[in-house]
Amino acid sequence: MRMVNRMVPITSGDILLDGQSVTTRKAYELRRDIGYAIQQIGLFPHETVADNIATVPKLLGWPKDRVRARVAELLDMVSLPQDMAERYPAQLSGGQRQRIGVARALASDPSIMLMDEPFGAIDPITRDHLQNEFLRLQGQLRKTIVFVTHDIDEAIKMGDRIAVLKTGGVLAQYATPAELLLDPADDFVEDFVGADRALKRLALLRVRDVELWKAPRVRPGDLVAEARSQVAESDLPYPLLIDADGKPLGWLSDRDLAGERVPERAGTAPTPLLDEDSVLRDALARLLEEDTQYGPVVDVRGRVAGVLSVELIAQFLASKDPREMDVAERAGVEP
Amino acid sequence: MSWVPFFAQVTIHRRTATCETKNGFCPDWIINNFGDRYVDPLFRHLELVLVSVAIGFVVAFALGLLAHRRRWLVGPIVGVTGILYTIPSVAAFLLLIPITGFGLLTAVIALSAYTLLIIFRNVVTGLAATPDEARDAARGMGLTENQLLWRVEVPLALPEIFAGVRIATTTTVGLAALAFFAGAGGLGALIFSDLSFKSNVVVAGGLCILMAMVLDGLLLIAQRLSTPWVRAARA
Repeated sequence: MRMVNRMVPITSGDILLDGQSVTTRKAYELRRDIGYAIQQIGLFPHETVADNIATVPKLLGWPKDRVRARVAELLDMVSLPQDMAERYPAQLSGGQRQRIGVARALASDPSIMLMDEPFGAIDPITRDHLQNEFLRLQGQLRKTIVFVTHDIDEAIKMGDRIAVLKTGGVLAQYATPAELLLDPADDFVEDFVGADRALKRLALLRVRDVELWKAPRVRPGDLVAEARSQVAESDLPYPLLIDADGKPLGWLSDRDLAGERVPERAGTAPTPLLDEDSVLRDALARLLEEDTQYGPVVDVRGRVAGVLSVELIAQFLASKDPREMDVAERAGVEP
Repeated sequence: MSWVPFFAQVTIHRRTATCETKNGFCPDWIINNFGDRYVDPLFRHLELVLVSVAIGFVVAFALGLLAHRRRWLVGPIVGVTGILYTIPSVAAFLLLIPITGFGLLTAVIALSAYTLLIIFRNVVTGLAATPDEARDAARGMGLTENQLLWRVEVPLALPEIFAGVRIATTTTVGLAALAFFAGAGGLGALIFSDLSFKSNVVVAGGLCILMAMVLDGLLLIAQRLSTPWVRAARA
């Protein structure tokens, strides 16, 4: 990875970016066009968050107004409050520093990024959150990213194509995550992806990719009779109470529906709330944790998008996802 | 010999009548003589300190930058400046007088030489204190070696550099009290002109101490203002 921006000199062979060898340009000019984020982050302790983020734009000689606007935009993008701009790295938590590191790498909007375990040094919960956020960002940005990780789950979750390297830097397999899980090239890769690779396929799909159950949605004050008829038409035994914005308030039990009108409060909390951007594996884990069969799925703004159930996930595991079907057929595996 | 009793009479009169004839601590005498006797040497002393530390800083900082990228130079430079540091200051003044003459120049050369070791070592330590990952990130984002030095390494070295300059300044205020051996004047000349008179020693010596404290305080303020991240990190 560090050969792409010539942090490690190329001794033989070549690396082409848009058809041009990386060795044809001055190293520092090349590096300014390539986003760079490393596990240790390497924020400058003596600069504020804003100055850290603005490093490359300033090197490129952007006017001050544009730099300031870009910093504000990036803080937003990585979900940090604007007043963090004037703080110093030592005043931030590990997760916040990682976000600043990513924001700094994104600052000049490079089309290519190098990320060396950018979420490596943080706790699993924050990491998972940052991964989801970054995938959401990448959905809008569509950049070419070289991402190094030692965590196969992270590779499967983040990667479009994965290169598995053996000791000594020998390429063991270069494939899509689905191919890697269904058809490991050799014992090394099979060992590496683990015995639970069938389950790992759950990490390939996001909740939003599944055809969710439609929740019977009712608002406080609706007629109970209507709520009951909605329930009868759906896959769920209870209606979901939502507020004016469409955010879930809770499940209405039979007792809640004793009156003529739907009450203001629901007897059962709407847990777990599933993020439509999380992967199926994480969603299933949440359902199991809460010891429940189904949970409401919400979008970025917290509005109900549908309901995901253990049954739906089981159906997915039993049938094959179309993306994987292709691979399986090509590889000669019976679906 | 008629003048002898007259002289003796006057002397006896002064010794018995006033504080200063007893070589005591005399506030009235200090107030009356301060402007005439002490202000000029005080400024001379300050001049010696500021010029010497400034020259010492420029030389030591340049040597520090040189040795930062060529680490093998650190040993020899510490060796040479260390030898300079160990030469007794009076000896240094007397050795230089035949070459550079009696006066300010000689004093400044010797005093500057004494600051080199302290400042150089702190500059080199400070420049090396940049975390490796910050250096890697800086290069990876496309800072040139010069930009890395001036935008990252030097700012991060400031606390160490200031520490060195503060010690060097305080030391030089003390050493400059001996600069009169080189004919450069200063508060030292006053102290030694009347060592037995308490008022004189207290005022001249006190001004030295006061100068050291004020300069140190000013440097501390400058350090605080130029390194806001250090306090942010502690809070």
